Amino acid sequence: MREFNIGPAFAFADPGRKVIEADGVEVGVFKVDGEFYAYQNICPHNGGPACQGKMIYKVEELIAEHGVSKGLVFSKTQLNVTCPWHGYEFDIRSGRHQGDGSVRLAAVKVRVESGDVIVTMPAPGL
Amino acid sequence: MHEPVNRPFRELQEITLQTDTRDILSHETKRAIDREDYFLVDIDAHVSETQFWPEIIGSIDNEVIRQWGQAGMERGSSAALLNLSAGTNYQDVYGRILHQSALRQAVDPAAGHRFTQMARRSMDAMGLDYQVVFPTPMLLLGMHPQDEVEVALAGAYNRWVSERILPEDPRLKGLLFLPFNTPEACEELVQKYAGDPNIIGFTIASTRNKPVHHNAYMKLYAMIEETGKPLAFHSGFNWDDPSFRQLNRFISMHSISFVHWSLIHMTNWIINGLPERFPKLKLIWVESGLAWIPFLMQRLDHEYLMRSCEAPLLKKLPSDYMRDMYYATQPMERSNPRLLQATFEAVNAETQFLFASDWPHWDFDPPSAITDIPFLSEQAKRNILGLNAARLFNLEVKKMRPKAADALSTRPGVS
Ligand code: FES
Repeated sequence: MREFNIGPAFAFADPGRKVIEADGVEVGVFKVDGEFYAYQNICPHNGGPACQGKMIYKVEELIAEHGVSKGLVFSKTQLNVTCPWHGYEFDIRSGRHQGDGSVRLAAVKVRVESGDVIVTMPAPGL
Repeated sequence: MHEPVNRPFRELQEITLQTDTRDILSHETKRAIDREDYFLVDIDAHVSETQFWPEIIGSIDNEVIRQWGQAGMERGSSAALLNLSAGTNYQDVYGRILHQSALRQAVDPAAGHRFTQMARRSMDAMGLDYQVVFPTPMLLLGMHPQDEVEVALAGAYNRWVSERILPEDPRLKGLLFLPFNTPEACEELVQKYAGDPNIIGFTIASTRNKPVHHNAYMKLYAMIEETGKPLAFHSGFNWDDPSFRQLNRFISMHSISFVHWSLIHMTNWIINGLPERFPKLKLIWVESGLAWIPFLMQRLDHEYLMRSCEAPLLKKLPSDYMRDMYYATQPMERSNPRLLQATFEAVNAETQFLFASDWPHWDFDPPSAITDIPFLSEQAKRNILGLNAARLFNLEVKKMRPKAADALSTRPGVS
């Protein structure tokens, strides 16, 4: 296993992230509400660096009785990362595109051990 | 057994307005390693000319209009004289796609014009041999209420791009920007620039309400046909159009508006028999994607067979004329591979499609958008990515770009 210690968990902002590269493989590691998530930094759309874009809460539309729109609001819970190439937005907790769940980032194993964040990097060329 | 976990790694930074183009596009540069022996031409990339607006305003011939522009800039306007459409600032998806917002990366002041350096970075990063540059907000000038401002800015831009930018790098080429609301001014410009080797064609910004079949344009088309260089209709959006004002989100307006202008101009061009009047004039349709083409082919063919008395100059089906024209591929709709394949077959993509990136705009396509298409033959990919453009624009097929590995090694590598 190609495991990397990328530093103490407390050093991550929450929400926050680190994108790391080793042997040409790039992985984005995210912390949201104390939990860690990691994905390959390759967008399923066109291969852009999806983990290096803006983190922003999901936009939702409030619908009242009889289908009346009450306008747009930001989600209080769902944080997305946006691919900087064309704006695909992925839910950081699931890695899935917010508008089409079949489009998703490839998950990478991450865990906290003795207070450090350990990432299992995919083999180069994958 | 676990290996030690304290291995070296590098941290990559978030992509920001300051990120170098070569870092933003490094994933595409890695893909370019597999197509070293391809010849690549990008027939539509953009200058964000408002970044260089003082230079362009300073090139305006008419002293009074020049003063109007300079006075605007002195009072802080970065788009003096321009008629910007509602929604222009929404294109970056509200700060999510920063290469659309602005490219603020540092350049070497001693290494040539800032625009040339940034264009070269994008060419090296995407593995392009040539890039054809177009303006951006000027594409809306056809809707400017003052024809004289369109003429003044077209003249200034053409001078700036042909004298200041294109001579700096043989890989950069331009199309002459025509102030189409004033046909006589277009004719003068064609005469002036027809022999410029860096001006490899002519362009009409499609966002306008002047019918392209009006007799006032026939002399212009004849002159362009005579040069042997192609004429491109470059589409755009206009949220101020009365029909589009019903659309409440940028996505809705943008999805339809670009295509709308191409549908109108193509329909007028064909139904009025312009392909028969100017049989050697080569047309390119830029930035409406591809899905509109089979729609219009079917629609016009269907009605033509019932109402051919209204299009007496035609000697074949409208779709046959459309199949003789050229189309820039971006933004290539790809959500349904079978429809995409049918489109490629309907239009003879192998000879008629031209790769376009539209960099640095938010819906740009990298060259891998073409190489990743599963149903295309190797030869078709090579044609679309560069060989069709070489034939159309008379470009020498030769490698003009650095190797992808060299381009990767010279990038800052921060992001
Ligand atoms: S490559 Fe990520 S959105 Fe296109």
